[in-house]
Parts: sequence; structure tokens; C-alpha cells
Amino acid sequence: MSGNMNLTLKIWRQANANAVGGFVTFNVKNISPDSSFLEMLDILNEELEAKGEDPVAFEHDCREGICGACSLVINGRPHGPLARITTCQLHMRHFKDGDTIWIEPWRAKAFPIIKDLIVDRTSFEKIIQAGGFISVDTGGVPDANAILISKDAIEKATDAAACIGCGACVAACKNASAMLFVSAKVSQFAVLPQGQPERYQRVQAMVKKMDEMGFGSCTNTYACEAECPKGISVRNIAQLNRDYFNAKLKSENVEA
Amino acid sequence: MIKLDSKIPKGPIEDKWTSHKFNMKLVNPANKRKYDIIVVGTGLAGASAAASLSELGYNVTVLTYHDSPRRAHSIAAQGGINAAKNYPNDGDSIRRLFYDTLKGGDYRAREGNVYRLAEVSNSIIDQCVAQGVPFAREYGGHLDNRSFGGALVSRTFYSRSITGQQLLLGAYSALSRQVGLGKIKMFTRREMLGLTVIDGQARGVVARNLVTGEIESYAAHAVCLATGGYSRVFFLSTNAMNCNTTAIWRAHRKGALFANPCFTQIHPTCLPLHGEQQSKLTLMSESLRNDGRVWVPLKPGDKRKPGDIPEAERDYILERKYPTYGNLAPRDISSRAAKEACDAGKGAGDTGQAVYLDFADAIKRLGKKVIAERYGNLFEMYELITAENPWEVPMRIYPAPHYTMGGLWVDYNLMSNVPGLYVLGEANYSDHGANRLGASALMQGLADGYFVIPYTIGDYLAGTKFQTVKTDHPEFQKEKDAVAEMTKKLLSIKGKRTTDDIHRQLGRIMWNKVGMARNEQGLKEAIQEIRDLREEFWKNVNVPGSAEDLNQALERAGRVADFLELGELMAVDALDRKESCGGHFREEFQYEDGEAKRDDENYTYVAAWEFAESGNWNLHKEHLEFEYLKPTVRSYK
Ligand SMILES: Cc1cc2nc3c(=O)[nH]c(=O)nc-3n(C[C@H](O)[C@H](O)[C@H](O)COP(=O)(O)OP(=O)(O)OC[C@H]3O[C@@H](n4cnc5c(N)ncnc54)[C@H](O)[C@@H]3O)c2cc1C
Ligand code: SF4
Ligand code: FES
Repeated sequence: MSGNMNLTLKIWRQANANAVGGFVTFNVKNISPDSSFLEMLDILNEELEAKGEDPVAFEHDCREGICGACSLVINGRPHGPLARITTCQLHMRHFKDGDTIWIEPWRAKAFPIIKDLIVDRTSFEKIIQAGGFISVDTGGVPDANAILISKDAIEKATDAAACIGCGACVAACKNASAMLFVSAKVSQFAVLPQGQPERYQRVQAMVKKMDEMGFGSCTNTYACEAECPKGISVRNIAQLNRDYFNAKLKSENVEA
Repeated sequence: MIKLDSKIPKGPIEDKWTSHKFNMKLVNPANKRKYDIIVVGTGLAGASAAASLSELGYNVTVLTYHDSPRRAHSIAAQGGINAAKNYPNDGDSIRRLFYDTLKGGDYRAREGNVYRLAEVSNSIIDQCVAQGVPFAREYGGHLDNRSFGGALVSRTFYSRSITGQQLLLGAYSALSRQVGLGKIKMFTRREMLGLTVIDGQARGVVARNLVTGEIESYAAHAVCLATGGYSRVFFLSTNAMNCNTTAIWRAHRKGALFANPCFTQIHPTCLPLHGEQQSKLTLMSESLRNDGRVWVPLKPGDKRKPGDIPEAERDYILERKYPTYGNLAPRDISSRAAKEACDAGKGAGDTGQAVYLDFADAIKRLGKKVIAERYGNLFEMYELITAENPWEVPMRIYPAPHYTMGGLWVDYNLMSNVPGLYVLGEANYSDHGANRLGASALMQGLADGYFVIPYTIGDYLAGTKFQTVKTDHPEFQKEKDAVAEMTKKLLSIKGKRTTDDIHRQLGRIMWNKVGMARNEQGLKEAIQEIRDLREEFWKNVNVPGSAEDLNQALERAGRVADFLELGELMAVDALDRKESCGGHFREEFQYEDGEAKRDDENYTYVAAWEFAESGNWNLHKEHLEFEYLKPTVRSYK
């Protein structure tokens, strides 16, 4: 069964990183309200392909809100109008027949556009590579139950570890700051016993890399938390700031 | 002539792995960095392998088509990971996990491999905890366990409903650490499209840079493919949109045998189809079957709302048919029971293509709070997708293609029949036989990557003479030319059908005739239909855009071209296997009560197919021997 919604789409198109981009208007017809937003874009793309035209490039994979691949600023909001979901979890029943929908890529200096709606989020990779880990080689570790962790600590760690690395926090922030993303990883390890030995080096290494990658600074507007699909809390940013400050006091500096 | 040697070490089953580890050659630590290893894929298997090999000192190059290693499909696993820790003191042991896995796989896997898997399972949990993976805990701070289908003990470790994500982020952090240290060369947005074989050895891959379109060469002493499963051959599946068979298929075309391609798993607890615009199916974690009860209306065609159907007029299909395991019966059995009920007209809801999964009793017994703690986010996800509230109306579920037990044939060392080509994780045909139990794919992927390949690859490297091979070797150019040729062809057809349109049609053939229940006539029809469709694809597909650009339409077309060959092989394999076992159900081979009829006398073998040409394969058989567990009828009653 096809559906009954007809929509006008204003989609950002840009041939490559260096090209000038702009909005292009498309119409899609007979969309089912039970279809997802990305299924609606699939339909548009299939029509374009059938005509031999270049489909709109957008990133996606799991389509269940966990891989972090999908992005899109929809009508000005990262991941669309609903709170706490990703674009791939958004369904067309939240739009009305006849709506005009604006679709743009994440906008941030540290996330350059590759094509159309796809941006390059390698800067997030670099931050994790700088310190988003516990240094442990494979093998030679103690029995899992030798490390006791309270339910409370594990809940906090899991809340923070739920970050999917999508970058909506950066897209939502007027300064394009990556503080929510970075603080989520810092906090996950800061509440776990396994994370203690490197706690202060880690926070410094990650913050340093974040600055290098061209992300803006955090001015506590909390736009990130509001748009984060996983509900990552700004309390993590407070935790990061505390650890960062303590690291300086302890003068456990990473090399400059 | 290919001779299949499983290389299972001699000796008692408990000692095989230990003595093998001792007998294998070691690479001198100072020499390790002189060996180049390519790992394709960064899911649990690939990320864990790459990190571990790099930590040992090997020179590792990693490729993935994703923009980040963290996006690999392993991220989507929800339920959990098995291990034989026996923390709950409920009778678990390495032996029992071995037994359950072999029995669950309907005795179509190797004893030696399965035993090793159970043996290393405990180290996986230790490793993940050390990395900071936040597994669920009890109040005393100890690790918590839950039960999963096909087991009577509680051995599944989990992190809410995001276990796969947390395990992958653990492996990803280990991988990222090595990248940061400059020890791993990481290439993202690269799709492997060809395997380079020189002097009979796998010596590298060619890959397309998905941003620039350039075809690049990568040379090494050994290649590990950890590229995941092929359920997307059905078009609709629980797999991520980009999952595909291309890496292993291209290797298959270069000589690697494809084993048991017809062994596919249809998962019982997925959300039903909403309509034709559907692009993929969503899995609801099987852990829901711990507390949810599966039922359908007793009378066919009963269209009343579920709440209006009194207890006496409900059929709790799994509890009735399998009193011992009840709602926790293995996946293949549960899926078939659901299909049978729907085929008999007892399906739930408007479409009739669903069964109910009801939590009313569990909520009454345990309270809303406990259920919310266990499944809160799954309930939310269900409501988000279906706009129905599972706290008030029972969920509707239906089976969907989910996991592929088949894959490239490997020996005990995880090496394919092509020397130097290793296959890890879901991509190999592996340890699950004809059916995989819940929470054991994550276990297998990490076992392969953390604890098997780091040992076995050294034995090969230390014992093999290598000629110097760089990417300027003519074989690389040949492989690159072949890839460029195929790309050019795809872009030049300019026919009338889109790739997805053809893929959808392939999916329908596979689902109807090579899906949950198969028969000779249907399989023969499927083979012909797939051939015709393949021919049509190469004449009538329309792939827009250019080769020198980011071109998602081209990426999809290349993958579907490979699915159109694999689909046929799956039907050929299913036709050859004249028995029912695990996920492979041949309608001609069943008992009167509809249970699967296995034929141990004639089919206790791994079917390993050698590619001759498109649409033509030679069958090689690896006979399976059971010294420790004599195959019995797999009963869950
Ligand atoms: C929805 C869902 C839930 C699941 N839940 C569970 C569970 O609870 N417990 C459990 O045990 N199992 C579960 N499974 C199964 C399990 O998740 C998978 O079998 C397992 O994660 C596969 O891991 P892998 O490393 O083999 O492959 P994947 O994680 O699929 O990784 C494949 C990698 O290969 C790369 N790749 C593929 N082809 C190419 C190419 N040509 N070139 C370059 N790179 C390539 C990809 O980019 C990716 O990095 C689930 C599966 C699904 C679909
Ligand atoms: S913090 Fe939230 S918005 Fe930012 S990357 Fe993580 S999940 Fe996405
Ligand atoms: S596609 Fe994976 S999070 Fe949206």
C-alpha cells in the first residue's frame, strides 16, 4: 500500500567539498504516514535514479537509531522535530500532507561537507584516538568479577556510553562545540574503576585534540542536550570540566 | 583438486586448543613488524582482530566502507553475549555451552571448533570488562546474567539493550588506541572489491575509495576478511542497509570455497511489515521472550482486538508445542511456529502476518517497574515505530531474515582454502552449524578476533616463504582493471529498472522459495528466476552518476550484482541438502508432527562450493565427525 501524503522537499545539494551548494526543490507523492523519513528519501531517490539522475547523497545504515550514521537538519533541527530520536527513527506520521520540509547537512567547520547531505566526521575519530580508551592489551586481565562496580556507577557509565557519535550536539550548538560528545566518553571512564589510572591524562588529551580539530568552545547554552538523540546529559560536561581542572592541579600534564 | 582439511588438532577435546597453541610456530617479536596484515571490516571480529594483532607488533592496515569503524553492524546487537562463567551457579560449564551450541546448530558444526569457542568465551568477558564495557551489575557489584533461547542456564551478559554497541565501542577503543599510536593504518570509506592472489597466496586487496572513486591497491602477507553476514540478499532483513556479501563473494570468485550458503536464520521477534515502502525490518530483542508470551487466536480469521479474545480462545503456540522450553524455544523453531499459525489463518492484526507477544502476565507478576527496567527502551522503540503502546496492547511480531550461518569455508585456524586468506566473524561459515543460538554471534566474533587469530596467523606467517610483493605487481593491476571494467559496465547499461527494484524482486524470490520453508519445486523455480533476473539486471539496470565521485547508486548496484549470484548458490545448496536441519527446513523432510527430519547418514557434511563460473559450482564435502556428542534428534519439547 502506498500512502497519501504529498510533500515539497527543499534539499541542500552540493557536488563536493569545494563546490558551491544550494537548496533544490523536489516533490514526493503518495508517502505512507507509517514510512520512516529515510524511506521517504529512498522513494525520492528511486524516482531520481529511474530518470537517470543523481540521487541525493545521505548517510545512513542501521536505521534503528544506534549506528550514528544518519544525520540531517530537518526544518532547522538536528534529527528532526522530535526529541531523543535519530533521523532514521522519525516517521512521516509526524508531518502533514502538503508540508514543505527543509533538509540540510550538519553545519560545522570541523565537519566539512563531502557531498549533498554527507559530512566528514573524522574529527570525532581523532578525538577518540587521542585518548578515548583504557590502555589494555588483549589478554592478561583479571577475572571480570574481580572488579566490583556498583549499580549506580554502572548506570551512570552506561548513560554516558550510550552516545552514538552522530554529531547532532555539534550541529545544534551555535559555537559548534563537541563538548557533549567528548564529555560523554570522559565521564564513562571517570566513574569506572578501570578508568582511574589514566583519568587525568585522558581528559587533557581529548580536550587538546578537540581544540585542534576546530570545534568551538562551550558557552553552556545546552542546545546539545536538547538535540542529543540519546539524552546525553550536560552534567557530563560539568564532570569533564572538574576533571580537567583537577588534572591541571595535579599537573599530570600530557606533553604539549 | 581441492582437499578440505579441517586441521582439527588431535587429542582429547579439552586439550586440543591448548596443545595446538603450544605446537604452533611463533613469530620472533622483532620480526612481527615486518609482516603486513590487512583486516577488512571493523565489526566485533575485525576491530578485535586488528587491535590484538597490532598490539602483538604486526603491521596492520584496516579498511571499512563506513566513515568510522564504530558504525559496523555489530553496533546494532541488542540482547547480549554468552559465556560459560557459571556466575549464577546454575550448572553451566564450558562443556554445557559446547553442548548447547552444537545441539542448537543441529550437529552441523565441527566439535573441535565449537569446544574452543566455549573455552575462550570466559576470557572475552574479562577482556571487555577491562576495557570499560558497562555490563549490567547486581546490587553487590557483581555481573548480572539473563537467559536466552535454546539454553536452560543463565549465561548471557548484557548492557541494557545495547550490548552490541558497548562491545563494539570496547573493541573500537582498542582499535583507536592503536591508530592513535600510529601502529594501525586506518582507511575509512574504502570498499574492498577484489582479492589479489599471487602464487596461490592471498597477498592483498583492491578497494574503491568511496569519496573519490579511485581504485586503490593494498598489499600484505595475509588478509583477514571480517565483513559480516549476507541476510540482505532477502532485501528486507534486520541487517543494516549497507550490509552485503561483496567482500566474501569476490574472494569466492577468486577460489575461496563458500560453505553452507543455505543456512540462514530467520529471527522470530521482529516488527511486522508496514507496507511496500518498507526498507528494512526491525528486530525486537529476543530477550523479550523471557517474559513475553507468544500467542495467536485459536480460531482462524478471528479479527477481534487482542484484549477481546478470552484466555480460552488463545493458542499459546510455543508453550503448547514445547512445554520444556516454552517461549524460549530456539529461533528456527519459533519462527516456523509463527509462520505455520499465520499460514493457517490465525495471524494477528489486520495483515494477519504477525503473532502476539504479550506482557500482561509478566506485568501482573513482576510489576511495571521491573518490566520497565528490563525492557523499557524496547517498549519505547516499539511504540515509536508502530504508534501502538505495548503496555496496553500486546506487541505484534513476525519473523525476519537476521543472520547467516553460511559463509566462506575456514579450517580450525580460520584460514580459507586460499593460503593467507582468513575469514572471521559472521563472514565465515563457522561454529553455529545449521542454526545459531541467541547471544553467540557476538561471542564468536570476539573469540575469533581477540583469542584465535592472534595465535593462528603467526603459525602461517612463521612457516611460509614469501616473495616480495608490492602494489606495483601486475596482479594488482589486473584486479584493478577487472573492477574498473565492472564499474564501467554498470554505469553504461542505462536500462529501465532501478537497483532497488531488482533487489526487491530478488528478495521476494528468496523469501518465498529459499526462506523459512523450502521444497524441491520451489528451489528449482527460484534458481531459474534468479538467473533470469540476473540476466535482466545486466541488461536493464539504470545506474546514474559517475565512477569518479561519491556514488551511492553505484555502490548499491555492485552489491546487488553479487547478491544475484549468491542467491542462486543458496538455492543450489538448499536443493542439494535433502534433509531438514536447523534453519534449513525442507518440506519434504519432516515428521508427522511437522518437526524437522535430519538425515545424519547422508548429510553430516559441510557443503563447500567452489566457483567455476557464474551459475556453475563444484561441490566439495567436509564430513563431520562426532566423537564426544552423538547426534540426537534435537528436541525442545
Ligand atoms: C539487529 C541485530 C541484533 C543482533 N543481536 C545480537 C545479540 O544480541 N547477540 C549476538 O550474539 N548476536 C546478535 N546479532 C548478530 C551479530 O550482531 C552479528 O552477527 C555480528 O555483530 C557480526 O559481526 P562481524 O564483526 O562479523 O560483522 P559486522 O559487524 O557486520 O562488520 C562488518 C564490517 O565489514 C565492513 N565491510 C563489509 N564489506 C566490506 C567491504 N567490501 N569493504 C570494506 N569493508 C567492508 C563493514 O564496514 C563493517 O565494518 C544481531 C544482529 C542483528 C542484525
Ligand atoms: S552526545 Fe548525543 S548528539 Fe553528541 S554525538 Fe553523542 S549521541 Fe550524538
Ligand atoms: S541510520 Fe543508524 S542511527 Fe540512523
